[in-house]
Amino acid sequence: MTERNRIPFLFVAMAVLLIIVGFLQSWSLSLAILNLCLISAIMALGVNIQWGYAGLVNFGVMGFSAVGGLMAVLISYPPVLEAWQAGGNGIMLSILLTLIAIAACVIAYRMLPAGRNRQIGLAIILAISFFVIRSVYDPAVNAIESTNAASTGFLGGFGMPIIISWAIGGLAAAGIAWVMGKITLGLRSDYLAIATLGISEIVVAVLKNEDWLNRGVKNVVGLPRPVPFEVNLQQAEWFINLSSWLGVDIVEFSSIYVKLCYSLLFVAVLLVILYLSEKALRSPWGRMMRAIRDNEVSSNAMGKNITSRHLQVFILGSAVIGIAGAMLTTLDGQFTPTSYQPLRFTFLIWVMVIVGGSGNNFGAILGGFVIWFFWVEAEPLGIWFMDVITSGMAADNPLKLHLIDSAAHMRLIVMGVVLLVVLRFSPRGLIPEKTSHGH
Amino acid sequence: MESYANAFVVLLNFLIIPGLAYGSQLALGALGVTIIYSVLRFSNFAHGEAMSFGAMFTILTTWLFQSWGWHLGPLPTAIIALPVGCLVTVIFLLGTDKLVYQFYRKQKAAPVIYMIASVGVVFVMNGIIRFIIGPRDQSFADGARFIFTARDFKEWFGLSESLALRSTTVITIVTAIIVVAIVFWFLNKTRTGKSMRAYSDNEDLALLSGIDPDKVVRVAWIITAILATVAGTLYGLDKSYKPFTYLQLLLPIFAAAIVGGVGNPVGAIVGGLVIAFSEIAVTFAYTKVIAYTLPEFMHVDGLAQLLSTDYKFAVSFVILVVVLLIKPTGIMGGKTI
Repeated sequence: MTERNRIPFLFVAMAVLLIIVGFLQSWSLSLAILNLCLISAIMALGVNIQWGYAGLVNFGVMGFSAVGGLMAVLISYPPVLEAWQAGGNGIMLSILLTLIAIAACVIAYRMLPAGRNRQIGLAIILAISFFVIRSVYDPAVNAIESTNAASTGFLGGFGMPIIISWAIGGLAAAGIAWVMGKITLGLRSDYLAIATLGISEIVVAVLKNEDWLNRGVKNVVGLPRPVPFEVNLQQAEWFINLSSWLGVDIVEFSSIYVKLCYSLLFVAVLLVILYLSEKALRSPWGRMMRAIRDNEVSSNAMGKNITSRHLQVFILGSAVIGIAGAMLTTLDGQFTPTSYQPLRFTFLIWVMVIVGGSGNNFGAILGGFVIWFFWVEAEPLGIWFMDVITSGMAADNPLKLHLIDSAAHMRLIVMGVVLLVVLRFSPRGLIPEKTSHGH
Repeated sequence: MESYANAFVVLLNFLIIPGLAYGSQLALGALGVTIIYSVLRFSNFAHGEAMSFGAMFTILTTWLFQSWGWHLGPLPTAIIALPVGCLVTVIFLLGTDKLVYQFYRKQKAAPVIYMIASVGVVFVMNGIIRFIIGPRDQSFADGARFIFTARDFKEWFGLSESLALRSTTVITIVTAIIVVAIVFWFLNKTRTGKSMRAYSDNEDLALLSGIDPDKVVRVAWIITAILATVAGTLYGLDKSYKPFTYLQLLLPIFAAAIVGGVGNPVGAIVGGLVIAFSEIAVTFAYTKVIAYTLPEFMHVDGLAQLLSTDYKFAVSFVILVVVLLIKPTGIMGGKTI
């Protein structure tokens, strides 16, 4: 098969898989998988921008998606006015004080000569501001968390359309990436991987524990939607007419209709990001990034500022992941900090990029689709497989019961093996990166 | 005077002794990471899973021994099960080296590729662990729970504060000291250990002087597997075995290795203790200590905690970042990654 035909063929094969699920299981499930495939594909694009274009290892995908998810809550949830009255001023004041403390640190850093004095000065400023901020912050947090704790107990958000949060989520993730990049990008690749893993654990720890911000592990549910609710559709006259004209069950059709609306929105976002990424990859900027990736020393000799180019690409990729994170929370309609696990949110995305083809945007998208599809379908496939190999055993055989019970965990093993096999035997992935000098 | 003694007992009970135990676990973990880094030159993200894997086989063997009626009296049965756990982990890690890492070594691949391959190993090991033992908590500690209880301590000293010494804490610290001593003896005194250090310092020169690289790598994996199994089992004995916690332990372990100086075994120990004590000291509630030592007007009502316990990972991360900014080679001086 020629290189040209390969991409359409693989995407058509993927579509066929989703259609088979539609026929064998249900169309609703097929669309649910498609929607998460689309979000995964955007996350994989983000990682591909960092790893594929520039060779940066970001093991903090989980943190950037969680930040995006938080923005979905903060933008869309209506403000809780009682909580604002109780502690809003205190929180605002402590944010202001934090900014002042940071400014003071920056000024001290600039004013004092490098050496012991500077370190001691910074330590004193940090210690004083820590206790001052805590004295304002703690009472405010208590006041907020005790107002109506059972149903709200947090500040709420801005009550704006949730779709705005997709952009804000990207900006917030970019902001965190800027701080992270400033600290770690001068150093070699392992430190970036470890540091991003660390920041993502901390982001999730904050989201689990700062109840005033997002109710912590009590979760925020019932977020507004950018698409209609099923219940409202089922009562709308035009929808009743449409479903009776099509001759389908109205409940199932409403669920499919809603999922299709999400799919259209997600496809639009994916196409915009893909278009921009492809433009960037083919521009002189993209060529420069690949040159830096392939040979840092000679690019540096050509006068390219490696650290600031790396910072740029790190921020861009993280922003894309943040957008996808906000979209995911929008799709779920709720924000559950405990659902953020590194295997699912960081390392699975990496499997997508490596399997799809690092450096190729279409590859990353395909990887997102294929890996998410098998991640979901591994469970029924695993149970079916275990049923087959244990069919000779008695129904109450403990080994058989254990195997069927644990079949779902098979998907982790399968993902690991797929990653290792692709990395070893086909390191350029399903859709390899295009190199202009390759043919 | 008595109030100072009371304050000291509080510190000993909730800060110093737990810090030593946690520090030993981190130090063993960091030592494993640092050995793989100095010989194979990559950050092994599968080390947390190796700890979990080793602990799991130790637990399975412990249950087997318990079902045979084997007990060690006051000591936990897990101690005699440990060699079996180590053996299985050694075989497994040598297998992953053969199947996964050896290929990249021949290719002289970039460290980043090893790192991504280790993520694949994380998936496989995590899946195997969940497949065999399931995602739930397991308890396997038996034997005496306390060396002495809080009541004993009160009878002996008559202070108002009391101290209980759990046997798992002592076992953790003692085992860690023994294992570290053996590893240092091995690295400094034996021929194989010396050739490992030579290989880590300068690969080309070591190859020229006839050191067998395959043997060095093999020995590095064997030591790492043993260290990981011991660390994982001790952590499980001291707290409880949860398959998921080990992936989270990865951050403090890396922090310990880097803070001490990557590739420097002494640094791994120092780093482990620094990280453990800072995590506990920053999240410790000082209310009682303040009440015992400071004058009345400075007493506080709340917990007097600098940070809530949930942020202990943030502490290791901040220390990591500060060390990266000020002294990237670590406290004891190691390589820069």
